[in-house]
Amino acid sequence: MLKDVTIGQFFPGKSIIHRLDPRVKLVLILALIIALFLAEGVVSYALMIGFLLVIIKVSGIPFRMVVKGLKPILFIICFTAVLNLFYTPGEYIWQYGFLHISREGIFVAVKMVLRIMLLIIGTSMLTYTTSPIQLTDGLERLLSPLKRFHAPVHELSMMMSIALRFIPTLIEETEKIMSAQKARGADFETGGIIQRAKALIPILVPLFISAFRRADELAVAMECRLYRGDVGRTRMKQLKITPLDCAAIAVSFSIFLTVAVLGQAFGL
Amino acid sequence: MSAILEVRDLTHVYGAGTPFERTALDRVSLSIEKGEILGVIGHTGSGKSTLIQHLNGLLRPSAGEVLLNGKPVWDEKGKCDRSVRFRVGLVFQYPEYQLFEETIAKDIAFGPKNMGLSDQETAERVREAMAFVGLGAGLAEKSPFALSGGQKRRVAIAGVIAMRPEVLVLDEPTAGLDPAGRNEILYEIRQYHEETGATVLIVSHSMEDTARMADRMLVMNQAKVMLLDKPEAVFAQAEELTAAGLDVPEITKVFMELRRRGIPVNPAVFTVEQAAAELRRVKQAGRGSEPDGEVKKEC
Repeated sequence: MLKDVTIGQFFPGKSIIHRLDPRVKLVLILALIIALFLAEGVVSYALMIGFLLVIIKVSGIPFRMVVKGLKPILFIICFTAVLNLFYTPGEYIWQYGFLHISREGIFVAVKMVLRIMLLIIGTSMLTYTTSPIQLTDGLERLLSPLKRFHAPVHELSMMMSIALRFIPTLIEETEKIMSAQKARGADFETGGIIQRAKALIPILVPLFISAFRRADELAVAMECRLYRGDVGRTRMKQLKITPLDCAAIAVSFSIFLTVAVLGQAFGL
Repeated sequence: MSAILEVRDLTHVYGAGTPFERTALDRVSLSIEKGEILGVIGHTGSGKSTLIQHLNGLLRPSAGEVLLNGKPVWDEKGKCDRSVRFRVGLVFQYPEYQLFEETIAKDIAFGPKNMGLSDQETAERVREAMAFVGLGAGLAEKSPFALSGGQKRRVAIAGVIAMRPEVLVLDEPTAGLDPAGRNEILYEIRQYHEETGATVLIVSHSMEDTARMADRMLVMNQAKVMLLDKPEAVFAQAEELTAAGLDVPEITKVFMELRRRGIPVNPAVFTVEQAAAELRRVKQAGRGSEPDGEVKKEC
């Protein structure tokens, strides 16, 4: 069901990973993504997998939740695997009609699947361990140099934090509406694609109406508290880089660098 | 009387295996009699909303079962027959937010259409349901979004009534309405009960609404059934209810206080009529000896 969608969800906790500065986490994630694309062979991939496993362990997020987070992209993973498996030229080891699998194909398929999975797991570790408010705070601070060029950094991060904040609310709302329409005998599970699309109308119409209503209410509430954007706004919680953050940066970067060197220079 | 719904050892756990795991129902057993009005009360999070979503098969029990007329709502293969939804009509909290059609009549017809009824039968049901909730026939072709909040809610309730359910379950049907709107909705529900003989469940966290019309009251507390009895018997335990953090009707509170001050009244009253009768009884029993003046003043 909808509740199974765990991407972007936050699991409150007190682990080291939870306590890291959001800016540090954002930068590290960016570095992690780059490192993933630089990884080439078995050794560098093993390093990345090991790194993520340690992070999952330390963060205290149940491993099952992490795996569950992969469910929504299962289709993309399978699609990538099949495509790479059948369409990579090389030394064919199996053939049937126009289908053929090459030794290189198997290797590339495994690599691509691993890469996508690690990407999703890595980025979801960010959202699992960082509250939306921290996340947007971090992002705003990271991007604040752009304010010089009149980029609406604050507005964008405010929009993002509102959007993130409303994901669970809207999911809950959708479930409520679905239950209510099901109670009137609505059927979302059977029928052809057109019938199923039509079955969504009784959900989408109330959902849109309530989303607009919520937006309106929120805007009024913000204005009542004299919200007027970035200028002169202070924060209750200041972000501070601690020794823990420095250690995290040092450890992570040394691993990423190793991966990059191993992958690119030695092809391992 | 025979049981129309039977709940046996029903347990429901939300988010099993996640950090958010929570037992919403813990081995709940009860039976609901045919044709009764059952008031369901309890704190937020006491499990009452979870319970009612099991009655029409929207939720699947983690353990235990629900029987409708002796037949399990979920069969052994883990399937739930859709006809259960039509026989146990469930009106959710704030149902006005589920309206979606262009006209009121079309919206009310959604349930009957899903039942596979003919157009003629559907139109008949819509007319009947609108009459039950006091919506004039002239409104049928209007947009539901042009109505006031209270009227929207009636449209939503009519949408469930139009399925002619044997059991009508309403989750907080009066929440957020003014006293006049509240009384009207409750009156209409009673009307439906009297004319069709349907079993009615009213969920509420306030006792005043339900105590008046319920034949029996079910009190839920911390995922368990705390009490299931006639209103008089339930309010006889007013102190336990207060201890469980539940609100008792104002008039009951007054009588509890009178009793605490040494006036021998029975605090198990919940309507003004009962209160007057009880005061008369006490006055006659202890004529002259008790401070009558104070009783009158407090009323």
